[in-house]
Amino acid sequence: MPALEPAALRVEHVSHAYGARRALSDVSFQVAPGSFTVLLGLNGAGKSTLFSLITRLYATRGGKISIFGSDIAENPAAALAQLGVVFQSRALDADISVKQNLIYHAALHGIGRREALALAQVALAHVDLIDRMNDVVGKLSGGQVRRVEIARALLHKPRLLLLDEPTVGLDVQARADILSHVRQLLLRENTGIFWATHLMDEVLPQDDVVILHKGHVLAHGPVCEVVAASGAADLTGAFARLVQSVEPGAAA
Amino acid sequence: MTGWQGFTLRQYWICLSGIIWREALRFVHQRERFLSALVRPLVWLFIFAAGFRQVLGVSIIPPYETYVLYEVYITPGLMAMIQLFNGMQSSLTMVYDRETGGMRTLLVSPFPRWFLLFGKLLAGTCVSIVQVYAYLVIAWFWEIAPPPLGYLTILPALLLTGLMLGALGMLISSLVKQLENFSGVMNFVIFPMFFASSALYPLWRVRESSPFLYYICEFNPFTHATELIRFAFYMQVAWRDLAVVAGCTLVFMLGAIRAYDPARGFLSRSQRTM
Repeated sequence: MPALEPAALRVEHVSHAYGARRALSDVSFQVAPGSFTVLLGLNGAGKSTLFSLITRLYATRGGKISIFGSDIAENPAAALAQLGVVFQSRALDADISVKQNLIYHAALHGIGRREALALAQVALAHVDLIDRMNDVVGKLSGGQVRRVEIARALLHKPRLLLLDEPTVGLDVQARADILSHVRQLLLRENTGIFWATHLMDEVLPQDDVVILHKGHVLAHGPVCEVVAASGAADLTGAFARLVQSVEPGAAA
Repeated sequence: MTGWQGFTLRQYWICLSGIIWREALRFVHQRERFLSALVRPLVWLFIFAAGFRQVLGVSIIPPYETYVLYEVYITPGLMAMIQLFNGMQSSLTMVYDRETGGMRTLLVSPFPRWFLLFGKLLAGTCVSIVQVYAYLVIAWFWEIAPPPLGYLTILPALLLTGLMLGALGMLISSLVKQLENFSGVMNFVIFPMFFASSALYPLWRVRESSPFLYYICEFNPFTHATELIRFAFYMQVAWRDLAVVAGCTLVFMLGAIRAYDPARGFLSRSQRTM
């Protein structure tokens, strides 16, 4: 019998605090390989903190995080090599070209210039920006910068792509474009997606969802199951009910 | 062939050269940074030194075998000053990168964090060495002409002093939480380090006027960086200064690596796991 593939991302009993302020409390869930999982939570829910722990910007002292079976604390190289990350804040160098940004990122994964250029062309073609390859990043629109960041995160062919509120600050069309590109990626490459957002309309019924509120996981699983378990008609209703169950009187 | 931590030596080289290449690109794109780095020591050389050459006599002290112009005396200090400013500029960039997200790009690389930070340090040092040589080209027309081989023998000295001052800057950057706080740190680090050193006046003169200040200067790593460069410029090795600079480089570098360690450094300072 073939061995079961480990979860793309497994978070087990992770807690975290900034001084006296608790940001995450006993958070546990897992992301299946090749799935589109949405981390849904209001601003301040702890999404970015969780991202910082998953990417080892912060140390995980309480609990354990593993990526495709590699513990991020014990074997960070193996864990991080399988991750592509798009942070909430823009992280491209605005002074240099798209191509130069991608080559730099590839170097940080041990990929040489020639191979990086070939990979960059493919990645940029997937986000419809191949014609902007030689443009300085500072000349791109917000949506285009985001698409370049997605192309960059995919350059080293990660098996799991993390995106922390990638549509923040974008107009409706740019948001739709980003979502469409990432969903196509899932279909085309079977790359797992872990997408953090506070926008309900970015979640589809076939997705998995992790609902995070004030550092607590209120529910996780396929959207239809979470909705059914809450007794609500849709995810918005389910989210409101779940929040009210832990915070009576709160309006989600 | 798979090497340490799953990467081959070639991949380590690709990563290192990528970090240096990016720093060089950034430097090329920020022409004003290059100009200011060049103008600063030239102002000292053309104006300050020209004014003080008649006032401050420099007796024959090693490594000089004869009386030298004041401009000649302060040149090693100005070279170290270029590296000091560059080290602080790099750390300022790191604080900026941390705020904008650029630093995260570096730190989520699967390569060991100490290696990434060392790469960043080396990249900054390479840029500072280019700045020093650009300064020396102009200084040559100002009668700052050491033995020709001196231009070569300062290279390892500049590499070491650049790493030391860069590591100090990196350590400071880990302590600064916001970009706005950085100017204060610059004033508390750069100016005291530069003035309380042998960059502008020989230490025997300082000792004559203030033994206390002399000990401060002796304690200042910048003094030893300046002297290491000064002797190397004349194809000599100042062993004591070399030992101090090497030791300080190691201490600052370990401090910076520790500071950027997610479990112990600045990233964890305000965290507490429950």
